[in-house]
Amino acid sequence: MRPFSYARARTEQDAFSTLAQTARGAYLAGGTNLIDLIKLEVAKPDAVIDINALPLAAIETTPSGELRIGALARMSDTADHPALRSAAPAISQALNLSASAQLRNMATIGGNVLQRTRCVYFRDISQPCNKRRPGSGCSAIGGDDRKMAILGANDRCIAVHPSDFAVAMLLVDATIHLRGPAGERTVPFLGFHRLPDDPSRDTNIQPGELITALTFMPSALTRSSTYIKVRDRASYEFALVSVAAALEVTGGTIRDARIGLGGVAHAPWRSREAEAVLIGKVPSRDLFTAAAEAGLQAAVPQRLNRFKIRMAKNAMIRALTSVGMPA
Amino acid sequence: MDDRTFSRRRFLIGTALPAAALGMGLSAPAAVEAQTAPALMGPEPVDVMLQVNGRAYPLKVEPRVTLLDALRERLGLTGSKKGCDQGQCGACTVLVDGRRVNACLTLAVATEGKQVTTVEGLARGGRLHPVQQAFIDNDAFQCGYCTPGQICSAVGLIAEGRAGSDAQIRESMSGNICRCGAYTNIVRAVNAAARA
Ligand SMILES: Cc1cc2nc3c(=O)[nH]c(=O)nc-3n(C[C@H](O)[C@H](O)[C@H](O)COP(=O)(O)OP(=O)(O)OC[C@H]3O[C@@H](n4cnc5c(N)ncnc54)[C@H](O)[C@@H]3O)c2cc1C
Ligand code: SF4
Ligand code: FES
Ligand code: FES
Repeated sequence: MRPFSYARARTEQDAFSTLAQTARGAYLAGGTNLIDLIKLEVAKPDAVIDINALPLAAIETTPSGELRIGALARMSDTADHPALRSAAPAISQALNLSASAQLRNMATIGGNVLQRTRCVYFRDISQPCNKRRPGSGCSAIGGDDRKMAILGANDRCIAVHPSDFAVAMLLVDATIHLRGPAGERTVPFLGFHRLPDDPSRDTNIQPGELITALTFMPSALTRSSTYIKVRDRASYEFALVSVAAALEVTGGTIRDARIGLGGVAHAPWRSREAEAVLIGKVPSRDLFTAAAEAGLQAAVPQRLNRFKIRMAKNAMIRALTSVGMPA
Repeated sequence: MDDRTFSRRRFLIGTALPAAALGMGLSAPAAVEAQTAPALMGPEPVDVMLQVNGRAYPLKVEPRVTLLDALRERLGLTGSKKGCDQGQCGACTVLVDGRRVNACLTLAVATEGKQVTTVEGLARGGRLHPVQQAFIDNDAFQCGYCTPGQICSAVGLIAEGRAGSDAQIRESMSGNICRCGAYTNIVRAVNAAARA
């Protein structure tokens, strides 16, 4: 591991001013992605600024009824939080299906959203990779592309975003709260993660900015949600494909629907096509099948992952059935 | 290798200091830190005080040193194992402030002020911890390499209240890979310890 210096920030201002003294400083939250990438020499910070002492770990319901998840809330504490579990079961489920109990105790919500892709070529510095070294090429194209994207990819990068939590967050119209040396701003969660037009940029965060919190307003839709994850082994594995689904059904009709797909694209993928098929209709197996067809219509498989299309459709039908026609 | 053996032995002798002397080391830097913006420390070795198994260990480590390497290479606590060094196996599992974590992804400097418990710190007054005893009674290991991590993970799991069923134990122990496939008896041991 390359040497780096270390500082513990007590306030956000501390974090900003310390970062400004470094050439390539990085914020350290749970470290489960950053320390790993430093060992691999994919990340080469000259300093890590430990933000764990900042007061950003609370999970609370605000006076207006919003749920506010502090950026430093641990995945484990967030998953088990009763208010979150009832507000959006899909988010709790996605967290509990992520990584391992140890990693969830360490990893934070902010870090989870910002984690880098698990593309094996990105993680191997001997291989060309447009995300790690812009312009060097994409080793996954024509290589081992089994776990790669089937939606929204291009000839520069076919990597997928690894987070489960981020897929479930698509269901709830969340807001990301950011603070940087230049002040505060909020951005919608939808659109925060980018498609690979410039693969070196995963998200729209600006240099030096901290995520401070994620907020959303619970609703009938978010309360009726679920998360399904399909992977190579039963636990402690990233998704091949995952589906977050929320349905608001009143009087036997679907009033509103949200579908998120994971493991399929460079960003957590919202399927408006599937949603459009569902809204205003009566839940049925045929309807869910039609939604799944619509959601995957634009899919383009890589050489080794045609199976993902079928897998995503089946997972979507299963998820919709479990929220829309519970046994 | 000779160097390391020598320094470790010398270090272990050095740490047999009275607790009062160690306490002094803690308060001085803390007082300075409260006044000013945090200074960047390192990349050269920096002073840290690790609290491991109820004992204070003053150490000089580079900020890049992981808790796992500090435990194994500097404190001679080799119970915690290095399997993958990437968070993918659980062999390095220790408890930090009572919560199970991967020591290979934790920086030693970042654990200052926290209580670290390793497999060496579980026994009490010459009696094995109930989880350790249950692993022996239930033949829950073969080569033993994953075992310290499995045991620390199980202690954390029981404290979290996740030993409700075999299925729950299996899911919650999934962060500990066993190359020998001793899983069946590991589940049995965790079950037994949780109900002891
Ligand atoms: C073996 C293994 C299996 C895993 N399996 C899964 C899985 O199944 N599903 C899943 O979703 N994830 C999985 N993960 C990934 C894990 O969830 C992430 O590594 C973790 O969420 C990152 O959070 P962290 O707090 O540890 O981030 P860190 O490693 O501390 O930081 C990650 C990045 O975010 C930046 N950062 C962190 N917090 C902030 C902030 N508040 N503001 C600005 N920047 C910040 C850091 O500078 C760094 O660039 C797995 C990881 C491992 C090692
Ligand atoms: S898919 Fe993206 S991350 Fe993977 S090698 Fe290609 S450019 Fe790099
Ligand atoms: S050595 Fe830490 S998880 Fe494998
Ligand atoms: S007993 Fe050998 S790896 Fe688990």
